[in-house]
Amino acid sequence: MSAECAVTRREFIATTGTLLVAVAIPTSGFAQTLPRSLGRNRRLDAWVRIEADGTVTVFSGKVELGQGIRTAIAQVAADELDVSLERLRAPTVDTAGSPDEGRTTGSNSVPDGGTAMRYACAQARELLLRNAAAHLGVDVADLAVDDGTVTASSSGQSVTYWALLGGRRFDAEADATAEPKSPASYRYVGRSEPRLDLAAKFTGQTAYIQDIRLPGMLHARIVRGDRAVSQIESFDDTHIRGLPGVVSVVRDGNFLAVVAEREEQAIAAATALRAATQWRSTPYPAGEDMSALLRKLPTMDEIVSEIPPGDTPVVRELEAAYSRPFIAHASLGPSCSVAEWDGEEMTVWSHSQGVYPLRGAMADVLDLPETQIRVIHADGAGCYGHNGADDVACDAALIARSLPNRPIRLVWSREDEFCHEPYGSAMSLQLAAGLDASNRIVRWRHDVWSCSHSTRPAGGTAGGILAAREKADPLSLPPVTDGRQPTGGADRNAIPLYRFADQRVIEHVVLDPPLRNSALRSLGAHGNVFAIESFIDEIAGDIGEDPIAFRLRHLEDPRGRAVIERVRQMSTVQAAEGASGRPGRGFAFAQYKNLSSYLAVVVDIDVDDNDGRTRVLRAWAAVDVGQVINPDGVRNQIEGGLVQAASWTLKEQVRYTNQRIETRDWATYPILRFSEVPDVEVELIDRPDVPFVGAGEAAQGPMAAAIGNALANAVGVRLRDLPLTPDRVAAALRASG
Amino acid sequence: MAVELEVNGRSALVDVAADTPLLYVLRNDLKLNGPKFGCGLGQCGACTVLVDGTPVRACVTPVAAVAGNEITTLEGLGSVESPHRVQVAFLAEQAAQCGYCSNGMILSAAALLERNPSPTDAEIRQALDGYLCRCGTHTRIVKAVHRAAEDET
Repeated sequence: MSAECAVTRREFIATTGTLLVAVAIPTSGFAQTLPRSLGRNRRLDAWVRIEADGTVTVFSGKVELGQGIRTAIAQVAADELDVSLERLRAPTVDTAGSPDEGRTTGSNSVPDGGTAMRYACAQARELLLRNAAAHLGVDVADLAVDDGTVTASSSGQSVTYWALLGGRRFDAEADATAEPKSPASYRYVGRSEPRLDLAAKFTGQTAYIQDIRLPGMLHARIVRGDRAVSQIESFDDTHIRGLPGVVSVVRDGNFLAVVAEREEQAIAAATALRAATQWRSTPYPAGEDMSALLRKLPTMDEIVSEIPPGDTPVVRELEAAYSRPFIAHASLGPSCSVAEWDGEEMTVWSHSQGVYPLRGAMADVLDLPETQIRVIHADGAGCYGHNGADDVACDAALIARSLPNRPIRLVWSREDEFCHEPYGSAMSLQLAAGLDASNRIVRWRHDVWSCSHSTRPAGGTAGGILAAREKADPLSLPPVTDGRQPTGGADRNAIPLYRFADQRVIEHVVLDPPLRNSALRSLGAHGNVFAIESFIDEIAGDIGEDPIAFRLRHLEDPRGRAVIERVRQMSTVQAAEGASGRPGRGFAFAQYKNLSSYLAVVVDIDVDDNDGRTRVLRAWAAVDVGQVINPDGVRNQIEGGLVQAASWTLKEQVRYTNQRIETRDWATYPILRFSEVPDVEVELIDRPDVPFVGAGEAAQGPMAAAIGNALANAVGVRLRDLPLTPDRVAAALRASG
Repeated sequence: MAVELEVNGRSALVDVAADTPLLYVLRNDLKLNGPKFGCGLGQCGACTVLVDGTPVRACVTPVAAVAGNEITTLEGLGSVESPHRVQVAFLAEQAAQCGYCSNGMILSAAALLERNPSPTDAEIRQALDGYLCRCGTHTRIVKAVHRAAEDET
């Protein structure tokens, strides 16, 4: 570990209550138009306030998901305002006052929220300096600022921000006309700083939504049929109401919950109620392979990229089909919410990725005006996309409304989480390529069949929320939509970065999804990059060319070429050192969303001849996220992405019959464990002159393909369907003799 | 029934059913945040506490079974003001993303170092194999345990 992150015992204490950590922010270029988040929240005092006690409060609309965003944005603010981080307070996101920045998704939080905060603070500093100049009777050019103290160099006289403004608000509209400071003058941005929230989280201080305890709080559990949404056929709660501690059985149509004085009483009552309830639901479409199923269902189709044919004749054609299954977010902490209805206002604590959109959806679910709903963000366990967070908040609110003035704490069970979260969609991919006489790809076809990769709720589209469709007066499912280019949803990263003539990419979005589905980290990029980077390797193998050299022949983008060259240098050690079975090495590359971070990865794997078990021994990744602001923060995201992607690729699959979800706990839905986790090494190519992009989702697709390519190299057989389980590998080994 | 517990060096009397999982008593009666609900099945390790120095899954341990034993939670291991060396090492390595699994990781690592002051990489991975991390911070956690072992003074 780098020395820059060394933390002494004294610093461990000293960091508490302050705000550290950083990621990167675009610095180049003056804002010609108002940054998006600023445009939606024009009041300057909605972003930053100078308090009378010498502290500075900054309000962001982006939420902490374990990625360090809260402190990163505070770090940007501290640099732009010229105050020390210790002075900054960064309250959690709250619909009662925080800027509305939509959702914290898509690796956009620092580019959006950080840029807005940067311009807001630059303007605040400019206003403060003008004020100070008048106060000190000098020109602004004569002033210097050190930690909020403004000094006139001519006279030596000084005044502080808090003396100038303390307690009063900025009376101005954000206009983004004050130019941010130059990167060279930053003090916090650009350094690996320890994340502040971790000290509290490592010592059991109040840090998570689960730690909220309100006076008179009751505990709730929900009872659901297996399929969203099931109908209650019969149900008898007479004996449930007599169980110890039970306060209420809440039924609203097909929504069913129990409330008890104590948590274990709520759990026992929910178990009893589940046994006393019969459900009816339409069977899941199942019993055939998922790839075939997706291709049979009705879809809406769109050509997402088309490059007309050139005049070079095709002399060789190849085609292959790939797939990935439904994958669970599988947060380590089941979804949780606390809600209280006082007869006039509903107050809800949530780990949602977007408290404002959730408020809008909740207004529809509760049939209340938004003005009577307040949603406050509290940290949860990592979500990796749209999991059960919004659902559980609406569950809790429905329960709370039936019990006025009693705060309700609802936690989903592990089984609730696995059965009812909206999974990342299964994908089926058909790729075809044509080569010319010089073995150059001159025709490319990519078809992807998938369910939507976002069914996130908001006002007007609340019907995706479980409780919305269960309640007696149900909302209907909103029409299927999916992310569109240039970022895409099912088609995210479906357009190859390589330069091909005669290219056509088509997405087929399933209109009636077999399982509940929504956004999982990287959306369609995981499946699309797995397919593209596998197929490229297959083509290179077919013509007997080195797969990296083959890629470089088709790739012009210099930043893409640079990460590929860098990872090649990083991984010069002998292939698969330490392997005991069949070793294999694999490579893959992508630029996330074709407009975000570049990542190239090399993995070494080892395949057990006897049982087909595949272990990733090592992974090297070279990454370009533009300007690197916190090297350690970026490395942490990439390392975690590589490991999580290895888990998806090797092990993970939501399994179900037409009656029930079969993957209901960690035994039936295993994830990668310590004994299976590779050593990972990440290098960053710093480009201080290039705007920052997000890092959190860059690794998912390339890691999947690199493992698939390594496996093909190890066993001599190409596996095109994820996950790459021991059963499938063993079958391939047997087939290849 | 009344159950007397020894938690973090202090005794506490709680009036709960004997089969109540220890986790809910610690979180809801004693208002401790360290042990987390992750699965309620003993599968993930987020709820871990030390019972007489041994990691135990509080979500599947009836409270009556540990009456009279010495229970240590993450809070009892160390505080922000006086952190345990494993907590210091986790912060130094930034060995978390969401941090929800950190409770089990830190307590099991502390227990490992008590019985094996300088574990190998393989021994650390083996000791932590039953603890799940979804963010993929495993390699940082392993480095943190090594760091804590080296910092044994």
